[in-house]
Amino acid sequence: MGILHLTRAIYDEIRAHGEQTYPYECCGALLGTTIENGWTVVASVRAGNTRTDSAHNRYNISPLELVKIERDARRQGLGIAGFYHSHPDHPAQWSTTDLAEAHWLGCSYVITAVAKGKAAQTNSFRLAGISEEDKAFEQDTIVIDDENKEQF
Amino acid sequence: MTIFIPTPLRPFAAGKDTIEVEAATISAALESLTAAHPDLRKHLFTGEGKLRAFVNLYLNDEDVRYLPAKEATAITAADTLSIIPSIAGGVLAARAYAPPAPKTMN
Repeated sequence: MGILHLTRAIYDEIRAHGEQTYPYECCGALLGTTIENGWTVVASVRAGNTRTDSAHNRYNISPLELVKIERDARRQGLGIAGFYHSHPDHPAQWSTTDLAEAHWLGCSYVITAVAKGKAAQTNSFRLAGISEEDKAFEQDTIVIDDENKEQF
Repeated sequence: MTIFIPTPLRPFAAGKDTIEVEAATISAALESLTAAHPDLRKHLFTGEGKLRAFVNLYLNDEDVRYLPAKEATAITAADTLSIIPSIAGGVLAARAYAPPAPKTMN
């Protein structure tokens, strides 16, 4: 199982983003550095959801927005650790659509269930595998880096 | 030109996040890139040699698929090429949990 380190502030921010966009899916990028068996996330970046036709159950981040996010990450000496999005009134579990549309091997996909406008469970899934043909999601352990070092 | 390699492809590019190539066009630059790093080819192209549908190419800040000459566009040493796999998803057409049991009729 992989590990994803988040600060409390980032954890709260990505969940708040989902509450603010409810009943639509929010999305964004996570920037950080690699560690053994995972990532340490040091920043989150909100992104626009271009799926305005079906934003309550689909998200898409514009590739041009990602070009700029990755450019800024590179300037800071960071990489893209993964992405986050919300599931309005659906579990924090990856869907067949999430897997089919996931292509960032080695990165984490963080999903927050937002039930009736309130953030509930947040889970993280690493896209494992070495190609499109054998990719699969594996659940990460999320470690909240604050004094109490919460882990779930 | 400078080619920016995204996180998921770096293991197939000797761990590099940027690679410099000398080429006259975008196609030639990709050819040079995959010649130096053959493992990248299957991640970028189909068996028929076409760019995979989820791979987006940006010449500086322009989507290559919308350039008049597309991959045949001429490039300069100052240009950059960003390789960006798509990011999308959602709960549409998926059952990530067990639906309620159907009601029976008496």
